[in-house]
Amino acid sequence: MNPQALRVKTINYQEESSVSHQELIEKIAFNVVQGRLEAEDEGFDAGLEGQPAVTELMEQALEQGVDPKDIVLGALTRSMEIVGEKFERQEYLIPDMLASAECVGAAMEMLAPHLIKAGIKSKGKFIIATVAGDLHDIGKNIVAIMLKGAGYEVIDLGTDVSVDRILEAVREHQAPYVGLSALLTTTMRVMEEVVQKFDEQGLRQQVKVLIGGAPTSTEFAQQIGADAYCKDAFQAIEKLKTFKS
Amino acid sequence: MIDTFRAGVLVKPYERLSPEQVKSLDQASLQILADPGVWCYNPRAAELFKAHGAQVREEPGTTHRCWRISFPAGLIKEAVAQAPSALVLGARKPENRLWLDAEVPRVYFGTGSEANVWIETEVEEFISLKDNQTRVRVPRYQELRGTTDLLSRAASLCDKLEHLDFFIRPLNIQDPGITTSNHDVNKFFASLNNITKHVQAGLTDLGALKDVVRLAEIIAGGQPALRENPLISFIACVFKSPLQIVDDTAEKVFAIVESGLPLVISSSPQGGSSAPIQEAGMVAQINAEILAGITLTQLIKAGAPVLYGSVPVRARLDDLHDLYGCPEFNQYNIDCVQLARYYKLPCYSTAGVGDAKVPGMQALFEKLFTHLYMAMTGAQYIHYAFGLLDRTNSFCPLQAVLDNEQIGKIKHCLRGPRLDSDDLEDALQMVKKVMASNHRLFTRHTRKAMHRGEISSPYHFEAKQMEDKVIEKALNFMTQLESQAAPNLEQHQVETIFKEIPGLLPNLKKFTGGNL
Repeated sequence: MNPQALRVKTINYQEESSVSHQELIEKIAFNVVQGRLEAEDEGFDAGLEGQPAVTELMEQALEQGVDPKDIVLGALTRSMEIVGEKFERQEYLIPDMLASAECVGAAMEMLAPHLIKAGIKSKGKFIIATVAGDLHDIGKNIVAIMLKGAGYEVIDLGTDVSVDRILEAVREHQAPYVGLSALLTTTMRVMEEVVQKFDEQGLRQQVKVLIGGAPTSTEFAQQIGADAYCKDAFQAIEKLKTFKS
Repeated sequence: MIDTFRAGVLVKPYERLSPEQVKSLDQASLQILADPGVWCYNPRAAELFKAHGAQVREEPGTTHRCWRISFPAGLIKEAVAQAPSALVLGARKPENRLWLDAEVPRVYFGTGSEANVWIETEVEEFISLKDNQTRVRVPRYQELRGTTDLLSRAASLCDKLEHLDFFIRPLNIQDPGITTSNHDVNKFFASLNNITKHVQAGLTDLGALKDVVRLAEIIAGGQPALRENPLISFIACVFKSPLQIVDDTAEKVFAIVESGLPLVISSSPQGGSSAPIQEAGMVAQINAEILAGITLTQLIKAGAPVLYGSVPVRARLDDLHDLYGCPEFNQYNIDCVQLARYYKLPCYSTAGVGDAKVPGMQALFEKLFTHLYMAMTGAQYIHYAFGLLDRTNSFCPLQAVLDNEQIGKIKHCLRGPRLDSDDLEDALQMVKKVMASNHRLFTRHTRKAMHRGEISSPYHFEAKQMEDKVIEKALNFMTQLESQAAPNLEQHQVETIFKEIPGLLPNLKKFTGGNL
């Protein structure tokens, strides 16, 4: 694939620097689609190893003063749409999707101070945790990577996280979203405790609770008063879109 | 050695016999060949054996003339040592050629038999008697007699089955216009005009050999080109078990060997009727039969390209039919693969047959049981592996599609480990990198291996819900494959063939992009 094939949306670039800035944005987008975080990474297509990847290109773009908003819209958002389309067509599998999402997550972290300076907000803070007593984190980590890739500011509390720690994080970050994960039937009940504590402490109205993990279900989410059950990271992104609208 | 050939799968051979046991079986076979020896119904073969030091005496009181041959061990050993240990089986596409080396356990899978029946499948919907809202889709099967059109269809489908390495005509052609004398040219042409892989068959009529060879020469591009790239080869079951050399098949062996094309010397005794059911007796006998057959080829022409063809089967004890998907089948066949390796002869072996009459659980069990075991042995050339049902009596294209998926998984499973220093260094770097990340996920690092084809896919015909959709999905996949054009020959080749080769049926007159 060549960068031109991406047909990245053109933004209102400033006249004097539009060519080089646009080229950089296209290269970043191309490398996101290829899932190349660093120069040493292989891409989806062969023969890209050694060429600058998202990290190096982001550094260059920030040095050259490319507008962070243009990077977000022109390089990151559009490229993840392309990745999503490739996944839908089964051209990409989960590892390809995660590699791209990880690139976007890393780019967003590099952009964070610049976005704050420019007054641009992320799609929202998302606290994510595997609940107390449970050490399983593969699903939780995949959701975290994908949400970062989708433009959320993810605060990952890790595994075996107590109810109090989750509440404390929501308060501290004023996060509108919480994602809870559990793989065991014995630990999924902790999710109910979290929702109850939100109620007791008057936080329930300001936070949307999403749950996931093998033993959970839509019925269980309704039973414990969570806002949504998500079977995977893609469903989490879709649910979050519905909350926003 | 050729530079381009199909990859097959290179395995680490599973061996059942110790080296001493292999030698004991070899000795037992040589003893059988010395006493009682073999009963030979072909005078030329008897003469030839006699001329090379075998004791030959005419058997009294037989309906047909018959000679008892007692082979000295040295004659067999010398002849077998002259047979090449490696050979090429050619193909229309160079990348589809096969390289068979007795000392390299590279496994290829292909079709086999010459079934009379073709099984067509369609899926029909049925309504529950309890609840008319509940419907299920069930496969229904129809038996058709084999024809040249169906054989063409089989060849074209097999060309598209990724894991099928060679094509032995799986169907007996029974069109009204087919006679003994034009059977061979039609079966070889229907196959060669629809597949770019190696084509192999038995010879029905000795008189047709010249035309079959000429047909192959036209496709290969002349006589020297065919010698270099033998697109076709033959199978000869020269022994009727126990221990009898068949007159007309022996004549075919003379002619095929003289043609210079590769030949399988195949034997298929049935343990419990035409051979002992016990492993030692069965294997000693079949090995004796194959060794005597190979000796014949080498006495006709030293260095003739030949395969050690072992198809030992066991009798069912309830009706004395062949029983394929059983432990003894694997035991006999594994022993034969080891013996072929001992003699440094490429091995034509057997797997993928069962008693099941239709695709399903029974067929899967019987086939998997033998496909996997026989692949593990490192036999170079495993026939019967695609599409056969009802023992070897039916060919079902849908079953061939299912077998393709199964054999693909087996080939993947038996690949050698990738553990060179670069692989280990990559792994160590990956572990460091991932452990330094927040999420500690190796998922993105699967991409290189995934894109190199090192990671297997889930079962192609899996269902996501609480149902079994294997047959329906395989049928859809087969329809997709069959919608692709057949790899027909060029127009000028087909025109030349129809001009030079008598007896071809007009319905086979097809070339790339059209019909003549």
